[in-house]
Amino acid sequence: MSDATIKRPAVRGADQPGLSIIVRTVTRWVKSFIFLFGIYIVCFGHLTPGGGFSGGVILSCTFILLMLAFGRERALRQLPVPRAAMLDSVGALGFLAVATIGLFASGVFFVNWLAVPAAGVLQRLCVLLGVQPFHLLSAGTLPLYNLWIALKVATSLFLVFTLLAMLRVNYRGEKE
Amino acid sequence: MPYALCLVLFVIGLYAVATKRNLIKIVIGFIIMENAVNLLLIMLGYRLGGRAPILWQSTAGDAAEFARVAVDPLPQALVLTSIVISLGVTALMVAICLRVYERYGTFDISEIRRLRG
Amino acid sequence: MNIETLAIVILVFIIVGALVAIETPDLLSAVICLGTVDIGFTILFLFLKAPDIAITQMVVEVVCLVILIRATIRRDMTLVTGERQFFGLMVMLAILGILALALVRIVPNFGAFGDPIFARAAQAPSQRYLAGALKDTGAANAVAAVILDYRGYDTLGEATILFAAVVGAVALLRPKPRKRPEERDA
Repeated sequence: MSDATIKRPAVRGADQPGLSIIVRTVTRWVKSFIFLFGIYIVCFGHLTPGGGFSGGVILSCTFILLMLAFGRERALRQLPVPRAAMLDSVGALGFLAVATIGLFASGVFFVNWLAVPAAGVLQRLCVLLGVQPFHLLSAGTLPLYNLWIALKVATSLFLVFTLLAMLRVNYRGEKE
Repeated sequence: MPYALCLVLFVIGLYAVATKRNLIKIVIGFIIMENAVNLLLIMLGYRLGGRAPILWQSTAGDAAEFARVAVDPLPQALVLTSIVISLGVTALMVAICLRVYERYGTFDISEIRRLRG
Repeated sequence: MNIETLAIVILVFIIVGALVAIETPDLLSAVICLGTVDIGFTILFLFLKAPDIAITQMVVEVVCLVILIRATIRRDMTLVTGERQFFGLMVMLAILGILALALVRIVPNFGAFGDPIFARAAQAPSQRYLAGALKDTGAANAVAAVILDYRGYDTLGEATILFAAVVGAVALLRPKPRKRPEERDA
């Protein structure tokens, strides 16, 4: 049974900014590459393995690494919590917006309104942009969905982790 | 035989959820159970000697040949969704554990059964 | 080494890791063992020709581990031993009984390992998805075509569930404003 005096181990927490100098230096070099890799996984999700979900998690890992290595102040300067919450909602709404445009473009909700271009305008636009399979600009609305989902997943996980890092568990000793 | 081992893994996770007293062990049990189910779904869709369900430009010609050779994409799609959902649920469970710790000072569930006003 | 032996070997490794993760009394060691379990899953997904799943499992495991370690490293490790013996075992046996009732119906329909169910049915949806992924959607990745075009509603539901779980976690973890003593209710 725990008694009233709970000894807290002196661990490095959110008070001291981050980890050692080696981790900080490596993070400074590597974080751009991780972010770029995340964007690559998201953008090429319809051609190679990956997609919106895993790419979004990789993007959030960039911010988590930043927070672990430099302390949470630095990460919160890059992306403050209210903005992350707003981007989260924007991601969800953007996903729904692309689906609703399908309703207006082809009469069916959630249809892939770029792969089967019903109207002539969209078809001419696709030919103009050089949309063909196995290229980046292909697969209709799939890249659009991937982008919105990645935004949503990345900011959601960043939000959860930031609040976990900011949480200061104060056990107030109210035991009978 | 690998299906049976998946079931054993699921039972191990269930054992952790049902009989452990530590909240974090219960969360670990949930994670193991979820992963076991995902693995079973993907093993059901595996074709011996199959290819991943991704087309390359060089072999793009024959769709029927692709359907004869590739593994099942449908369980993979569902498991992709399931893995991300498990992440969200784990985050929520850990948040609950932390708040419980803040209130009761321990992760032991036999201590926290007393409801407080 | 054929794929079935490899699957069995990796599954045995995963089972041993899971048992260690559950039984060890130190919480940090348990979480690290969970990391090895998840890496075993990633390797197995790669050998089962599911690269999408392997990438997702790897990164999701990393984030799960970081979240769990954040939860366990700052607390003093209350080494809780002992189990709730009778009630837990009864619950587990009850759940297993119900599961066995379902499995008795389903398991005879499994093929051997490596003989997928959709290969035996010509009208299976997976046949249609594989044959039409490039033609209907234009995507080379059949899994992406399935989750975003053929089964888009599942993705919509999943985004909703993730949103709800994160909103719940944020609502739980939000720092509560401290009340000054004179503002407390009498």
